[in-house]
Amino acid sequence: MIRESAYTFKILRYDAKEPGSGARFSTYRIRVIPGLTVLSVLIRIRDEIDGTLAFRSSCRSAVCGSCAMVINGKIDLACRTQVAAFDTDTIILEPLPNFEVIRDLVVDMTPFWEMYEKIQPYLIRKSPDPEKEIPQSEEDRKRIDQFVNCILCACCYGACPVLAKEPGYLGPAAAAKLERFALDSRDERSAATLEIVNNEKGVWGCDTLFRCIDACPKDVRPTDAVVGLRKSLVKNRFRKMFGKANHEA
Amino acid sequence: MLNHDILIVGGGLTGLRAAVGLCDRFNVGLISKVYPTRSHSIAAQGGLNAALTNNPDSRDDSWEKHTFDTIKGSDFLADQDAVEIMCKEAIKIVYEMEHWGCPFSRFPDGTIAQRPFGGAGYPRTCYSSDITGHVLLNTLYERAVAKGVKIYPEWFVTGLCIEEGRCHGVVVLDLARGELIPVRAGVTFFGTGGYGRVYQHSTNALINTGSGIGMAYTAGAPLKDMEFVQFHPTSLIGTNILMTEACRGEGGFLFNNQGERFMQRYVPTAMELAPRDIVSRCIQTEINEGRGFDHPLGRYIQLDLRHLGEKKILERLPGIRNICIDFIGIDPVLEPIPIMPCQHYSMGGIDVNERCVSEVRGFYAGGECSCVSVHGANRLGGNSLLETIVFGKLAAQAIGEDLAGGVPQADEKPILRLKDEVEKKIRRLTEPGRERPYRIHAELGAVMNEKVGIFRTRQELEQALETLIGLKERYRDVGVSSPARHMNYELTNALELEYMLEVSHTIILGALLREESRGAHFRTDFKTRNDGDWLKHTIARRGTDGAPVISFKNVVITRYQPVERKY
Repeated sequence: MIRESAYTFKILRYDAKEPGSGARFSTYRIRVIPGLTVLSVLIRIRDEIDGTLAFRSSCRSAVCGSCAMVINGKIDLACRTQVAAFDTDTIILEPLPNFEVIRDLVVDMTPFWEMYEKIQPYLIRKSPDPEKEIPQSEEDRKRIDQFVNCILCACCYGACPVLAKEPGYLGPAAAAKLERFALDSRDERSAATLEIVNNEKGVWGCDTLFRCIDACPKDVRPTDAVVGLRKSLVKNRFRKMFGKANHEA
Repeated sequence: MLNHDILIVGGGLTGLRAAVGLCDRFNVGLISKVYPTRSHSIAAQGGLNAALTNNPDSRDDSWEKHTFDTIKGSDFLADQDAVEIMCKEAIKIVYEMEHWGCPFSRFPDGTIAQRPFGGAGYPRTCYSSDITGHVLLNTLYERAVAKGVKIYPEWFVTGLCIEEGRCHGVVVLDLARGELIPVRAGVTFFGTGGYGRVYQHSTNALINTGSGIGMAYTAGAPLKDMEFVQFHPTSLIGTNILMTEACRGEGGFLFNNQGERFMQRYVPTAMELAPRDIVSRCIQTEINEGRGFDHPLGRYIQLDLRHLGEKKILERLPGIRNICIDFIGIDPVLEPIPIMPCQHYSMGGIDVNERCVSEVRGFYAGGECSCVSVHGANRLGGNSLLETIVFGKLAAQAIGEDLAGGVPQADEKPILRLKDEVEKKIRRLTEPGRERPYRIHAELGAVMNEKVGIFRTRQELEQALETLIGLKERYRDVGVSSPARHMNYELTNALELEYMLEVSHTIILGALLREESRGAHFRTDFKTRNDGDWLKHTIARRGTDGAPVISFKNVVITRYQPVERKY
């Protein structure tokens, strides 16, 4: 038999459709077995105690990026966080920062996706496609590995102190996605496509505080992307100054 | 009323591929109940099969051999013409995905890497470490963004509108706003995924309720081969998170509590790489006969990767390692993984042909929610990702051809009638009821698990049927806590539960009627395959009394006459 332990869950509640009621914490006491994740407790609370509780979930295995939230002050995916991971039997859950709340733990992701779409998040080719695959060395494939791993959960976006002050800022995930393509040996985007992040709301806005790296559940280092993009932009500027401008730009 | 030439429901690989193929020529809308990158395609790990012959051990592989392996794997229930088409297309779509940016793992010569998988004569599974679904879904989503596909994320389809054999569109609940929206479409395409969550133990995402299948069925589209349910041999004990077949493809072993590599007793040639239906039965037999390990969460078998070494595990199976560490506190570099078989894939689904055309005019389906059939009684690992993209592409071609003479104007009236019905249904569900939806869901999952599992008997299936009919009765009394319609997940769960019960009904009845053992459907009271009586597809239509009415359809056999399936 596995022994159950009692936990107290305090969950921040808010409904944007009823702004008058304001934000408040709901408290739930529940007995759970160790090894249970925060997400599985949330599901039990919604099923058995309070059907009105709103949160997102899908894969329950840390690959789909649905359930990012603040768990006892730390941003993480609810599905991969064990209830027993904390030195306390009280778990406080809050919605991801830097977003508007729709309801309870569900935030409006629109600005996140808008920024994602803005940086042209796809492979750009000018050469005609070969009959078979475009060759890529194992080393070149490895170079994009960490950025390929991004699951677009927005943990980094929620953790970013720059976004807290400047909502128009690019944000870590979009930078990582752009660098994923800029670094891909098969990508043929012009230098001009990087210009969209060549400003204070782009990669120059990052304060390099590494909060995004701390928050990422998939070991992506968005700050590496910001630094990499800055280097590319400086290199492009020098090329232009010395007349080696990319003619396609 | 919102109007599209073509409406695609589902933002996974099939739906996105169909949208990308149609958006240049038609006014396409894609509806998904989650953001598309949250779709279950993301969770596929091991890879997709295509006879590229990149692996030094697969130089004389061919699409014909891929076809044969698939048909044999299907226990000869697959339609052979459709399998041929899929395996030929496989090579093209892998290159196409690569050209669109998919970051496949590579061999030292710069070609796409390929690994061995179960039931395949050659190493032909193309992969990206153990996140192949993730890279494919991201690539297709990126492609959809590049092409400006109109996507409606977090729109939940509540009903499919079919009247007089013609599909007119759907009625949607916009989850953020909580509004019901009727959508009219010349063509409606479903790529809504499988029904894993009707089982208590499933590798599937929580969103895989099979509501798309149930919705099509209740609206009047027939289902095919619903009794064929794939049980994956290796899911992590407790959470049932998938431990990819690539664990064994890369050389992992299975051990019982005697320290025995027991597969040598069952399938000495293929060993751990026998097809999934066979390996799952072997594991379950070991557990049933007392050779499993005990764990508070259930009995298990060990999946041992340790001899592969840290370097290979980190390189080829890094996601598996992270899942084991995060979810059960075990590092597979140092310890064996505790696994058990559980529900994984829906071979059956909406009855369509190789062009993804259903019996209903204007209604098409592809991917896991459909049944072409290319998997027959048992799907081979690496053929599911393949099917999603191939049939997303072929559906787009078929729809394009069928609309060449102009887009039919769907009728508004039937959709408005359906909207009224949905409105009534939601109002009833949001009145206080005696039954909470989760209880019925939990009981459904338990009975499917216990009585409609890897080994089946008439007696247990009859009991399951009785339970199911009782649950359907109780569903009439379901009520949710809040009448709010925005982000009310209890409400959407309750709406989906109706369809889960319908889907389960067809699975149980199909399993009860099919008195033979074929592929993943194993009857301990009819242990052999019976081609004389049962080499045919099961077709389920909803009868007027609400119970499925079963009829049959011939299997298409082209080149390969059914023979005993031996590995």
